[in-house]
Amino acid sequence: MAAAGEIFRSNLTELLEESHSGDNELHVLAVDDSLVDRKVIERLLKISSCKVTVVESARRALQFLGLDGDGENSDIGFDGVKVNLIMTDYSMPGMTGYELLKKIKQESSVFREIPVVIMSSENVLTRIDRCLEEGAEDFLLKPVKLSDVRRLKEFIMRGEVKDGEKNSLKRRRSSDDCSPSLSTTFSPMRHLCDPPSSLFSPLSPSTLSSKKSRL
Amino acid sequence: MEVGQMQRQWMGYMKSLFMEGFLDGQFLQLQQLQDENNPEFVVEVVSLFFEDSERILKDLSFAVDQQSVDFKKIDAHVHQFKGSSASIGAQRVKNACIAFRNFCEEQNIDACRSCLQQVKQEYIHVKNKLETLLRLEQQIVAAGGSIPMMEWN
Repeated sequence: MAAAGEIFRSNLTELLEESHSGDNELHVLAVDDSLVDRKVIERLLKISSCKVTVVESARRALQFLGLDGDGENSDIGFDGVKVNLIMTDYSMPGMTGYELLKKIKQESSVFREIPVVIMSSENVLTRIDRCLEEGAEDFLLKPVKLSDVRRLKEFIMRGEVKDGEKNSLKRRRSSDDCSPSLSTTFSPMRHLCDPPSSLFSPLSPSTLSSKKSRL
Repeated sequence: MEVGQMQRQWMGYMKSLFMEGFLDGQFLQLQQLQDENNPEFVVEVVSLFFEDSERILKDLSFAVDQQSVDFKKIDAHVHQFKGSSASIGAQRVKNACIAFRNFCEEQNIDACRSCLQQVKQEYIHVKNKLETLLRLEQQIVAAGGSIPMMEWN
């Protein structure tokens, strides 16, 4: 069952990638105050064929996006920097990932639309809920794995293809092994989840399985 | 020593590091991220980890030596260390950090001091192990061999 699912997924990815003309690369902005984690996330994203910009703070992230309210705003030559996804660490000195998330979601429609994913080494239910409620696309438990990034990328690319298509995928998948109570708090992405992550990384439970155990 | 022998030695060493709990699956994840285009990736991350760890340990030593101890600050440093060690797969260091944080919460300075020693020890241990492992890898590659892919179940 798992094998069939995997085959379906990889065929779909190929299909989606073929249907893209040229602008195939996802541009991801990663935000993390940890030297080691920045190195790892950059590699994870590059190996997944994403264009990556890594910054060390939420402030720098806002600067990069042109949202730092310097007055030097975005309209000037903002052909710019199109970012398809923001991945941010939760606990950072100064502005936290959560605060960054809120800031982005408060912005004008262009920025508000950018999916934001929170990464955290701490599996705190209230934290997860709070982030999802604030509009985070997903919450990843650190250390982030290649399978997490792959799944994210697929999700984002589906979104780039067609919104309607994405919704029907959501509906089709919602009968997967996620329990009903989880579907209210988890982002749609969780319904597109891989079979229990134990098949891929026996030592590191996914957010999903650890949330399950908490219930 | 010929390549095959070196590779077997490497595998034996890796296995022991896992069995003894020095490393966990995350380290294997890092190895998977290394390829012909990025043959030095693991060495680079590990080097960053060493650099970062020395800095954190220095800050920690300073913090626990203060007259009036700031437990929040100590906890913040340990949290950082826990994160980076987890990202590398340095399991014993990570676990020592978890224990350390518990004592920070209890505001038990003596226990904190002893935890710092523990964490230092575990760090030095894993540093030595990793340096040995990476040296072995260097030798394999220099002899024209490739580093085996390992799975840990």
